[in-house]
Amino acid sequence: MDDMKDIYLLIVLAPLLGSAIAGLFGKYIGRSGAHWVTIIGVATSTILSLIVFKDIVIDGAPVFNETIYTWMVVDGVRFEVGFLVDSLTAMMMVVVTFVSLMVHIYTIGYMHDDPGYQRFFSYISLFTFSMLMLVMANNFMQLFFGWEAVGLVSYLLIGFWYKKPTAIYANLKAFLVNRVGDFGFLLGIAAVLMYFNSLDYADVFAAAPLMQDMTMQVIPGQDWSLMAVIGILLFIGAMGKSAQVPLHVWLPDSMEGPTPISALIHAATMVTAGIFMVARMSPLYELSETALSVILVIGSITALFMGLLGIVQNDIKRVVAYSTLSQLGYMVVALGASAYAAGVFHLMTHAFFKALLFLAAGSVIIAMHHEQDMRNMGGLKKYMPITYWTMLIGSLALIGFPGFAGFFSKDAIIEAVHHSEIAGAGFAYFSVVVGVFITAFYSFRMFFLVFHGKERMDEHTRSHIHESPWVVTVPLIALAIPSIIIGAIYIGPMLFGDFFTGAIFVLPEHDVLGEIGQGYSGWGGFILHGMQGIAVYLALAGAGAAWYLYMKRPDIPTMFKEKLSIVYKVLDNKYGFDDFNEKFFAGGSRRLGGALWGVGDVKIIDGFVVNGTAKGVVWLAGVLRNLQSGFLYHYAFAMIIGLLLLIILFVMTIG
Amino acid sequence: MFSELPLLSLLIWTPIVGGGLVLLTGGDKNSLEAKVIALLISIVTFGLSLPLWSNFDATTAVMQFPEWHKWIEISSFKVNYHLGVDGISMPLIVLTTFTTVLVVLAGWEVIKTKTAQYLAAFLIMEGLMIGVFSALDAMLFYVFWEAMLIPMFIVIGIWGGPRRVYATIKFFLYTFFGSVFMLVALIYMFFQADSFAILDLHVLKLDLTEQILIFIAFLLAFAVKVPMWPVHTWLPDAHVEAPTGGSVILAAIMLKLGAYGFLRFSLPITPDASSVLDGMMIALSLIAVIYIGFVALVQQDMKKLIAYSSISHMGFVTLGFFLAFTIYDNTGSWSGAALGIEGAMVQMISHGFVSGAMFLSVGVLYDRLHSREISDYGGVVNTMPVFAAFAILFAMANAGLPGTSGFVGEFMVILSAFHANFWYAFLAATTLIIGAAYTLWMVKRVYFGEVANDNVAKLKDLNSREFIILGLLAIAVLALGVYPAPLLEVMGPTVDNLLQHIGQSKL
Repeated sequence: MDDMKDIYLLIVLAPLLGSAIAGLFGKYIGRSGAHWVTIIGVATSTILSLIVFKDIVIDGAPVFNETIYTWMVVDGVRFEVGFLVDSLTAMMMVVVTFVSLMVHIYTIGYMHDDPGYQRFFSYISLFTFSMLMLVMANNFMQLFFGWEAVGLVSYLLIGFWYKKPTAIYANLKAFLVNRVGDFGFLLGIAAVLMYFNSLDYADVFAAAPLMQDMTMQVIPGQDWSLMAVIGILLFIGAMGKSAQVPLHVWLPDSMEGPTPISALIHAATMVTAGIFMVARMSPLYELSETALSVILVIGSITALFMGLLGIVQNDIKRVVAYSTLSQLGYMVVALGASAYAAGVFHLMTHAFFKALLFLAAGSVIIAMHHEQDMRNMGGLKKYMPITYWTMLIGSLALIGFPGFAGFFSKDAIIEAVHHSEIAGAGFAYFSVVVGVFITAFYSFRMFFLVFHGKERMDEHTRSHIHESPWVVTVPLIALAIPSIIIGAIYIGPMLFGDFFTGAIFVLPEHDVLGEIGQGYSGWGGFILHGMQGIAVYLALAGAGAAWYLYMKRPDIPTMFKEKLSIVYKVLDNKYGFDDFNEKFFAGGSRRLGGALWGVGDVKIIDGFVVNGTAKGVVWLAGVLRNLQSGFLYHYAFAMIIGLLLLIILFVMTIG
Repeated sequence: MFSELPLLSLLIWTPIVGGGLVLLTGGDKNSLEAKVIALLISIVTFGLSLPLWSNFDATTAVMQFPEWHKWIEISSFKVNYHLGVDGISMPLIVLTTFTTVLVVLAGWEVIKTKTAQYLAAFLIMEGLMIGVFSALDAMLFYVFWEAMLIPMFIVIGIWGGPRRVYATIKFFLYTFFGSVFMLVALIYMFFQADSFAILDLHVLKLDLTEQILIFIAFLLAFAVKVPMWPVHTWLPDAHVEAPTGGSVILAAIMLKLGAYGFLRFSLPITPDASSVLDGMMIALSLIAVIYIGFVALVQQDMKKLIAYSSISHMGFVTLGFFLAFTIYDNTGSWSGAALGIEGAMVQMISHGFVSGAMFLSVGVLYDRLHSREISDYGGVVNTMPVFAAFAILFAMANAGLPGTSGFVGEFMVILSAFHANFWYAFLAATTLIIGAAYTLWMVKRVYFGEVANDNVAKLKDLNSREFIILGLLAIAVLALGVYPAPLLEVMGPTVDNLLQHIGQSKL
């Protein structure tokens, strides 16, 4: 067991070391030194993660749950840093390190001319470290550490181009919105500590069933289920990290960061931390249908309404960003329906195809000389064949085309919601089904606008368009392969087998996947079964509609825009979330701060009390000064009066 | 080897006598000698504080390194020179000696007039502050407590900014006003206990009315020093006018003296009054956290912003101290109370590092451009990348990011507050958002963006002296954030003992 501990430590520390070297000594080791040292670090983690995956998942090695060191001991509670590695962790480790490695390699090409080259490699390796700490944690405190550390790196990377006003606005916004989520998350952790007297997963999960009927009073006199309170508070954290309505507002703006990190952090890994967390906490969430119902409804709102926004975007990265929001909604819906495995399965397939889509979009952006507006693209197919085909694979996987990775995971979610009996399941089913059409529509709208049709760029740009170098295309191909096959391979074991046994816990009465699994007969059968449902046809219809509206009759969307200008405006303003937040929260805080300072501190405390007292003393001194007139008879008179008063006082006390 | 030495006396008197030596170098004639001597003395003092840590017995709550001598004896009036440290005071002494080294370094090229006097003031102040932390005789405590004001008064009044006279008088009157009531309370208790020994006062029987009056007298002294809302308005003015070194000592150590007073005097001497008035203390603390947080948001002057942020962070300290009674009422056990008090103590140490670092960072900019206005900066990262990296690290620590020291204390206090009441934790945790907002908004405006003007374009990055200062603080911030266990080990038994003590009513 001890050598395993060393391996896990190495997996975590190799990227940290790479990051430290590239960050602190970047000047001395140069650009290639920086990318080599970080790539070697992350490659080490990737290879070891694959070995761990084989050990745990394929060979069935026992679950690893050990302390690395004791962070502190207070009040008899041990706060520790330690690793829990089971099948869920192992899967996350592979996804994180593999996508990270691809992104590291891709970055060599994408950031080729950037002056912050070394810094960028340092950041993405630091991110890999933080994300591994998050997924490998065996306790809530370390989870929170990883949770906030990935937030920090996200902040640094969104603002990577720190001269861009939009970038430094976006990173501040991202950090603060995430902090709103973390606020809830921290309260959830505090609740866990108070009632379980431990932050260790194993302790808490073991004690949880005994606490099922426990209540607490948040509002005095009202008994609320403890598990519901904990579940919802923790989920608020997930809403921030995984960008669920209404805390989704930071994710589209995060596209201000360089494209490789949009792929790694804002699509494949960090934003799925919330999904992972809820799945990890399944022993807690299973005990509260209230919390599950909240999750289900929030997820469906995100899946449906964020997808709609994808339709009106013209920036290629923002289309992919809104599709990420919507897909995160799907995963959350799966969690709410107790189909944790389906949520995590979609997390995995999505990590591959969404990283692929972002990196392919990045490849387009390099070719277009950092132009991101799709209205100035078109007809790129003949210039960039590898990007074209890999982007097509990614899009087919995203819309759930039968046989591609996304088909299996998305169809499983739709089926699971259909079987779920949690409150809100009806609405959720509607959302995820309609969402399929919308997803296909905006995905292929983007696809056609970029690769087909008229070449709308200027002549200068057009003459320079060429396929990206191998450091860019190799990661695309490496991600395209799992985007096709990973679904078919893992649907059996992950959803209907014992892949997650021991890692994810589902009560028999919530076990929708178990119900679906009764009719499961291999991935081929799952495709055939899917073909009888409506979702596949909605996906095809969406893609077809995109083709008709943007290739055949581009006048129709223009007409829609004019005729339905109100709808268009609402979508273009993103339902007004940004305006509201800016006016109410940001503006309101500044006004409140100004008032508290100007009135409270300056006028009342300083002006009235402090300086007022000083003035009072001055006034009193002035009055008293009059007494010192210098005339002897004044003093004599005062003395007599004083003496008289003393005598009166004396007589009265005696009496 | 150190067990025979009177370590605490050495710690108090080395810098005070050393300060006298520095003065002897005379004005500005030999400023380099003055600086070298001052640096050596501060380093020796820091060195002397290390055996205090390494020889500290972390398994007991009794006072260690005790020293006792008769001092003043006039008829029945006895004041003794009585020193000793426990898990509460020992880390604060080490923080003091560490910070003083940095402050001496920070003034190296910056202070050009009356250098010897400037350095001497800080050394003498160091000795007096260590005296406050180690005094076990209440009157000795009071003497150090008041004497300490004088060097700070001089530092702000002579090397301060344009409104320094207003600031010094405000500082002096505010703090002096508070202290007088403490003196009255101490004398009153002397006549009850016939002793000034603090440990005797801990076990002195007092009825509830007496306790409440004494509690309020102490509160006036300590609340001003912390400072707690609403007696905080001297601090922003003092910080703005003070030279960088003055701000660092003020924020890193002096504010801790008030908080230390609550642990050493208020809680153990008047436990029943503390239990009766804890609601007020919690309310004032939460107001500090939230109200002051919003005020910090709108500051245009960097030092003012950090000063307000200090007050807000100190709100966590006082909050952590006074949660115990509510936790007991709410849950019927003391479980979670130690978390609050130890969290508050960690917050004190961490705030020493972080606020010190933030004031030093402003000092780095001020030395170059002679402005503290946020609007005079912008895009500093372009010309000072190394400095900006430090500044962002400290900003993140100020925003309580896990892995930095700023997280540990806040995290513990919030966890503890939840045991007391959901809404206490809720309100305290808003600092996650507000604290990040004011800190990072400042970072955005000062460090990020295009180079704002020609002055910023000409900025030179850190020199090696500045690099060492900020580097040492960065190590401290990260070390405490990654591995706080040793600090908590030292504090544990003392806090357990304190909780046991305040759990027993004196009535």
